[in-house]
Amino acid sequence: MKEVNLTELEAAFQAKIDSEVRIEPKDWMPERYRKTLIRQISQHAHSEIVGMLPEGNWITRAPNLRRKQVLLAKVQDEGGHGQYLYSAMETLGHSRQQSMDDLISGKAKYSSIFNYPTLTWADIGAVGWLVDGAAIMNQVALCRTSYGPYARAMVRICKEESFHQRQGFEIMCVLMKGSEEQRAMAQDAMNRFWWPALMMFGPSDADSTNSEESLKWRIKRHTNDELRQSFIDATVPQAELIGLTIPDKDLKWNEARGHYDYGQIDWNEFKQVVSGHGPCNTERIAARKKAEEDGKWVREAAMAYAEKKKARKAS
Amino acid sequence: MSTKDWPLWEVFIRSKQGLAHKHVGSLHAPDAEMAVENARDVYTRRNEGISIWVVESSQVFASDPSDSDAFFEPAQSKVYRHPTFYEVPEGIAHM
Repeated sequence: MKEVNLTELEAAFQAKIDSEVRIEPKDWMPERYRKTLIRQISQHAHSEIVGMLPEGNWITRAPNLRRKQVLLAKVQDEGGHGQYLYSAMETLGHSRQQSMDDLISGKAKYSSIFNYPTLTWADIGAVGWLVDGAAIMNQVALCRTSYGPYARAMVRICKEESFHQRQGFEIMCVLMKGSEEQRAMAQDAMNRFWWPALMMFGPSDADSTNSEESLKWRIKRHTNDELRQSFIDATVPQAELIGLTIPDKDLKWNEARGHYDYGQIDWNEFKQVVSGHGPCNTERIAARKKAEEDGKWVREAAMAYAEKKKARKAS
Repeated sequence: MSTKDWPLWEVFIRSKQGLAHKHVGSLHAPDAEMAVENARDVYTRRNEGISIWVVESSQVFASDPSDSDAFFEPAQSKVYRHPTFYEVPEGIAHM
């Protein structure tokens, strides 16, 4: 065994990052880099599968067959995205089952947005348009993240997500061309989802604890506030085009900055939801726990059957 | 968790005739047949494949990245294996 100095290894690692060489599973990496990635990728994976719940809520009540097919396909995609991400996370030596146990026990986090309820059909429009829209902003940036398996998973996800946002916006467009009640329903969904969607980018840069290191290691490529601003700039004209009002009295175009100025985000609400006190936190975890427990006998039976087949083949 | 975890499988997909199978990711399944079915649902929802291979991850033996400089050195010192090493006289367009 060669004696290798930790400082040298870290310097070589950083040099690779700085010259845009991707890090692959078996490469040497600082323990903090590994831990940060495990935390971020598993949170991301959990967000995908918990994200199936608020939309799954409307599958049986979609207004027509086309909408139902689309929503089913979208929810199935979210499940698939969770699978790509758990697969990327496992390359870092963290087991999928451990990760699932951490979600159910409440130890692991997921995106706070999925702790809000989907009360009306318009919410499905708002989720696709705003929530997936915000997620895409974040995920497009992550296609160039420094860890190879994570970047590759993001490329697949981004390809699939673009239909998600379009189907949501289409729902909103149709409602805005509808009756007085339908327009009111769309505006109400907008009012409830706008601010939580902005919170999806995480705390503002001044208060973000993980940002600096993640930027240095190029896990993140842009700060939370930069991505939030891009999302606002992209979304405001879309809302205006179909006649929706952004629920922010301070929102206005700033010619000098070339960006929209926006009002103060209620970070207290964000903290409440993240720490487990959002409207649906308990319900979401209970649903995941039930799925895990109800599926247990199926997993066991499949394993037992596979072993029996293998034994029969061997004899 | 008392249940024995399903083994991990590496998934390889041929996207069309004429191309090689390419690694796309991994998944868990109790046996090879279910691994192929799961791979279809996870990795080919948009016609990304016409053929799937699965290999149990524990069966993959890989070269060691910390040793890769020495391991791949033999090829690095042999520039004469590349056509650009040779001088071609003026007037010869294709060779």
